[in-house]
Amino acid sequence: MNQPLPPSYYELLEEIQAVDFVLVELTLYLDTHPEDYEAIGQFNQFAQQSKKLKKQYEQQYGPLRQYGESYSGYPWNWNSAPWPWQV
Amino acid sequence: MWYYEKKLQYPVRVSSCNPQLAKYLIEQYGGADGELSAALRYLNQRYTIPDKVVGLLTDIGTEEFAHLEMIATMVYKLTKDATPEQMKAAGLGAHYANHEHALYYENAAGSAWTATYIAAKGDPIADLYEDIAAEEKARATYQWIINLSDDPDLNDGLKYLREREIIHSQRFREAVEILKEERDRKIFF
Repeated sequence: MNQPLPPSYYELLEEIQAVDFVLVELTLYLDTHPEDYEAIGQFNQFAQQSKKLKKQYEQQYGPLRQYGESYSGYPWNWNSAPWPWQV
Repeated sequence: MWYYEKKLQYPVRVSSCNPQLAKYLIEQYGGADGELSAALRYLNQRYTIPDKVVGLLTDIGTEEFAHLEMIATMVYKLTKDATPEQMKAAGLGAHYANHEHALYYENAAGSAWTATYIAAKGDPIADLYEDIAAEEKARATYQWIINLSDDPDLNDGLKYLREREIIHSQRFREAVEILKEERDRKIFF
């Protein structure tokens, strides 16, 4: 990663981190409260939101996940966005 | 199987190069109550614990790897620009002699990580109480490191991780109650 990242990179990344944090919290909560109908509704709603934001991120910065969970550009762009410890 | 996601669970920032803090922080990387121990402890217990809590152990174990990556990022950022002299002054001379700036699974006193940090008793209640104790010990360790740290950016990440230990402990306590209810239902007089 040679070019400095624009502030919009960090804004989008933090938005994804915030939404995914809600999903982690709801996941652990639902593991011990599997019949909370309202929480499951929230979980599915945030899962949809997360997918939308990641699609937007990947179109600009490259894949977040591997093994077919994200699409690749040409050439293979797994390395195009910086690694997490580099930002 | 597992999928890697190319992002940290929570942003990690440090104010300045500070190998002294890295030396303390490595406790949460390769120490007894650190994130590696946590991840391996929970994921390993899954195979012999009742189905009702396998999901929770899988999910907390997976989250621990995200925390391990956050700690690694903190240690990397605190040490990457340190000179050999700075490493030596921070008590990391012996580390530098063996590993240069590479990370290593060791505790703050420099002892390598060992599987003896992890218990696996095969008794669900014993294992879950072990997990609750591990979370409380990790929470306390985060607090001691925050007390030693004068880096507000680092402390933001450390406080997040400290709060996660509280949540994990809470969820494990609920798992104990779920298993007790299950056990009591199976007793017929």
